[in-house]
Amino acid sequence: MLKKRIIPCLDIKDGRTVKGVNFVDIRDAGDPIVLAKQYVQQGADELVFLDITATIEKRETLIELVRKIAQEINIPFTVGGGIKTVEDVSNLLQAGADKVSVNSSAIKRPALLSEIANAFGSQCLVVAIDTKYEAEEWKVFVHGGRKATGLRTLDWVKQVEDLGAGEILLTSMNNDGTKSGFALAICKAVSESVNIPVIASGGAGSKAHFQEVFEQTKVTGALAASIFHYGEIPIPELKQYLQIQNIAIRCNY
Amino acid sequence: MIVIIDYKAGNIGSVKNALYRLNCECMISDNPNTILQADKVIFPGVGEASSAMQYLRAKNLDQLLFQITQPMLGICLGLQLMCAFSEEGNTDCLGIFPKVMVKQFPPKDKVPHMGWNNFTTIKGELFQNIQPMDDVYYVHGYYAELNDYTSGVCDYIEPFSAAMQKDNFYATQFHPEKSANIGEQILKNFLAL
Repeated sequence: MLKKRIIPCLDIKDGRTVKGVNFVDIRDAGDPIVLAKQYVQQGADELVFLDITATIEKRETLIELVRKIAQEINIPFTVGGGIKTVEDVSNLLQAGADKVSVNSSAIKRPALLSEIANAFGSQCLVVAIDTKYEAEEWKVFVHGGRKATGLRTLDWVKQVEDLGAGEILLTSMNNDGTKSGFALAICKAVSESVNIPVIASGGAGSKAHFQEVFEQTKVTGALAASIFHYGEIPIPELKQYLQIQNIAIRCNY
Repeated sequence: MIVIIDYKAGNIGSVKNALYRLNCECMISDNPNTILQADKVIFPGVGEASSAMQYLRAKNLDQLLFQITQPMLGICLGLQLMCAFSEEGNTDCLGIFPKVMVKQFPPKDKVPHMGWNNFTTIKGELFQNIQPMDDVYYVHGYYAELNDYTSGVCDYIEPFSAAMQKDNFYATQFHPEKSANIGEQILKNFLAL
């Protein structure tokens, strides 16, 4: 049986791991390589690295970090942040990334998604979507949730699926950093409306939050950052809990 | 020397890194002599089948792979390209595994099949010290149907070939290089052949 994936996310700035609380107050939580290796040992099923400075700083720093991560860890990882061209994707995959995650560039130019899918296959293409509930509707935002796009989330997810996305990383800006649980309604709606895998992100604060998102929606992965970084919920403890709740989890690692 | 075949679509870095972690020397090459003289050959893969086949043909690697007599391990797209035909881009493939068709998963569940999954059956040298309940990492939207060469079966939407073997040709649909300690054991088993 396919297992539900527990995915720690490492936000990277200047080669270090950070986590924004509602994307504003950024705190330093350590060396990405050390943290990544620790997560692998603890049984993380996949890792996501989001370079939150990538849009304004040199790409080479990120490529070098990706190369080091790829040398050190033996589970899949996704790299996102500032990817604008097929060449950016090629460079990251060559450096050892398994998947890339594209966010605002896909909104600016949706054809980028089909170009990436055609060149490298859909399986390496994650589309990250920041969504916010506003005026009784889930809409798509970019630039760390600061800029509205006017797109309805449920329209955009269908479009990215048609364009060749292999996976959707769905972050609720309302929930992110709150530790009040995942945004179950939109996770359910999105994961039922597309046929590609969906990863829930934003709001994880307890083990039960993971259980409810796996039980009540069709997401196949759940992503969190601060609760793992600061050791609030150790991954082995989370996985053991989920296994007891009869959720398909990889426990033999 | 282990040679990893260089063809444009492959995610070469991951396999090289995995071999380095096992203290195994390897090189990446598309040079026919280098490939034919290797102790073992790895044919990795991430990408799209028809464009990968075009590239292999342009480099005459499609003919060369047939001549390999040393152990060769195809991974993911590598496994699919070793089959006879793929529905991905409707392309003829290498036919190292004759008559085996690569099909698209029907949309009865999430596609691609992405994540960790266990086996329903395993056999052969590649799976020494591996249990069926062990999870390995998959990411694929197409699969090789069950056939005479199937050496490992995984069940997702329907049972498919998780691994295949014919003579010196081995292949895995999953990514051993990305499957943590279980994957390392499977790579060690291949290196020990």
